[in-house]
Amino acid sequence: MLTQKHRSNHLGIWGWLGGGRWGFERYLYILHRVTGLGVLAYFVLHIGVTSMRTLGPSVWARTMAQVEAPIFVLGEYLVFVAFGFHAVNGIRLVLLELGISVGKPFEPVYPYRTSVHHQRPLAIAAMLLAVVVAALGGVNLLSLHQ
Amino acid sequence: MRDRTLWTWHIAAGVVILVFLGLHMAIMHMSNLLGLFNPAGGRPVEWANVLARSQSVFFMVTYIVLLGAALFHGFYGLRNILVELSPPPWLKTTVNAVLLIGGLGLFALGTWAAIAANHLPHAA
Repeated sequence: MLTQKHRSNHLGIWGWLGGGRWGFERYLYILHRVTGLGVLAYFVLHIGVTSMRTLGPSVWARTMAQVEAPIFVLGEYLVFVAFGFHAVNGIRLVLLELGISVGKPFEPVYPYRTSVHHQRPLAIAAMLLAVVVAALGGVNLLSLHQ
Repeated sequence: MRDRTLWTWHIAAGVVILVFLGLHMAIMHMSNLLGLFNPAGGRPVEWANVLARSQSVFFMVTYIVLLGAALFHGFYGLRNILVELSPPPWLKTTVNAVLLIGGLGLFALGTWAAIAANHLPHAA
């Protein structure tokens, strides 16, 4: 009879942070989680803040005045950058899940190659796109505050 | 529900978020570059712009769809991260319950706000 053996995740949250000998994609995985948690935290607050619009223009103006300090503006830009990264990296992950850009299976012959060689160009292209999104948001932010 | 089904919904919700949050980010964070859906001009958070978007049925519906998709995607992602840390069964059940109740509560608040804002009186 099969019994399920409980295996503890002994590294816990520290297991995220040490990529060890893993490559670029392993760090994208960590960043995907960190940006996801950051965007989620902001989103929960955002639901509460934007609900204030139902109370009329004066309450809305007071609420917006409270979040106009430079620290909030910077924080909001960081959320935009986190969203840009998470979205672009998410597209990459969905493509990989669908088997796109992982290469065709081949007989393992020494020296062994991994599918990472096939995935790397997609990862680099995704990060370049994330940088472009972040730059566009930055240009917009600077033009608003000139 | 089986995790495979929930994972499929997680990915599907991600695609919905990509479209609608992408549009939201383009409106709110690229306003000077694109100028989308800000009929009064100026900053996208100015009352006249907020009112115009809130009173649009298109935005009311897309806000609610985005709200549901983002809450499911975010809370299911958070749940996966927490469950991956191998909590004891009672804690796993508690995490599931807290995230489910919290998610439904936030969805109710956000949906109410989107519908109530859609019925705000027009500016004088």
